[in-house]
Amino acid sequence: MKDTFKPKIIVFCCNWCAYAGGDLAGISRYQIKPYFRVIRTLCSARVDPEWIMEAFKLGADGVMVAGCHPGDCHYIGGNYRTRRRIALLRSLLRQFGLNPQRLELAWISAGEAEKFATTINSFINRITELGPSPYRKSTVDTQAAGVSKEVVDA
Amino acid sequence: MPEKIKIALGQGATCSGCDIAVLDLDVELLKLFEVADLTFAPLAADIKYKDVEAMGDGEITISLYHGAVRNSENEHIAKLLRKKSQIMVAYGACAAFGGIPGLANVTTRSKILDTVYEQTATTVNPEHIRPQTHYVSAEGHELELPELFEDVKALDDVVDVDYIIGACPPTRDMNVKLLGIVLDFVQGKAELPPKGIILASERTLCDECPRQKPDKVFIDEIRSVDYTELDPNKCFLEQGILCFGPATRGGCGAKCINVNMPCRGCMGPTAAVLDHGGSMLSAFTSILKVSSAETEIPEEEIEKLMAKLRDPLGTLYRFTLPKSLLKRVVKEV
Repeated sequence: MKDTFKPKIIVFCCNWCAYAGGDLAGISRYQIKPYFRVIRTLCSARVDPEWIMEAFKLGADGVMVAGCHPGDCHYIGGNYRTRRRIALLRSLLRQFGLNPQRLELAWISAGEAEKFATTINSFINRITELGPSPYRKSTVDTQAAGVSKEVVDA
Repeated sequence: MPEKIKIALGQGATCSGCDIAVLDLDVELLKLFEVADLTFAPLAADIKYKDVEAMGDGEITISLYHGAVRNSENEHIAKLLRKKSQIMVAYGACAAFGGIPGLANVTTRSKILDTVYEQTATTVNPEHIRPQTHYVSAEGHELELPELFEDVKALDDVVDVDYIIGACPPTRDMNVKLLGIVLDFVQGKAELPPKGIILASERTLCDECPRQKPDKVFIDEIRSVDYTELDPNKCFLEQGILCFGPATRGGCGAKCINVNMPCRGCMGPTAAVLDHGGSMLSAFTSILKVSSAETEIPEEEIEKLMAKLRDPLGTLYRFTLPKSLLKRVVKEV
């Protein structure tokens, strides 16, 4: 299973730090495994806990929320809210029967392209180890992100 | 005198508190029976399923189904009443969101049966007898028992529902309003409201809460309702009591608040959110012990702080687990 399993991972990136860091990682051509999809939000605190739960409901194997380092939030204190929510959400997800390691919180600044790459890669490795999420409806759909062709209107 | 309308009260996995809530109409009941016949109500009248089965489709004007759907009998009544009724109402928190019985989704069918038929201290069952759905006795009598489902479901997971009314149980005011809506429709005075949640506010309970509202609310320490002397005018959250007002739909008239009890969320979430528990989780984490020292607290301390909320799943989803995003507990490890 582990050889063929291609996880689906959602990464919520804040606009000001983590997303810029991801941008820089792309420009700097760091190699990152293609199993993650980035959703940009203005702040990591904009990530509603229900979005994370919906991601798991829709079959995500892991969710990462990435924001500015503590003290560096563009909105002064947003990321302090984020870490509180993620902390409680982890224990809630544990009760739901999910391994709390499937939810990751990362602080990545706009300049930390390498950290972006290594954080995502190690998270992908961890999720690959853990295998498919028990909330996945089927494990057959193991195609990696970006590989499937989008439907184009005729 | 026009023909009387027909009302049915269907029971699912319920405590029957909703039946009592209908009786709570007291003098209005007289008004109700002037215009309506009770065609099916297991708690109040001896009418069998086969009598309902013999009715024509759409013969019942309005069915109030209360209780969750968790066995084949519940499902049968739900489908039967849907077929025979013009208006189907998911009545009360269990029918609307799964309610308290919905908390059975934290475990599995086999574990429930193990507990009940093997593990409790007072159970003596050396032959490991389990309930059968079909049984033929030595005398040849055939007996049927409903089958327990793996998941507890809300009514609209099983049948098409016209209206959803939350609350545990729906209040007298809500019932009077519902009666008015049905009467106006039957007498041709007004159209029915659009499908969906009715008799509820679009805003949260905090919006209609009579208590003093501070500009900013902080919880300094989580306290238990049982051991705390509560100020009847102060916000519950400020007093350290977990109140679901910020995440719960209003429209119940703040009945619990008025008798000095915090909201537990039986009206369910507002239309703006997908998940009741997630909504309350955001609200709760943002106000627990927030101070200017937040920047000094290391992440492990934050985890310890958040662990002060015991049993987050059971607390945050007390009434809405089957209607939450994840719906039930799975077991990964």
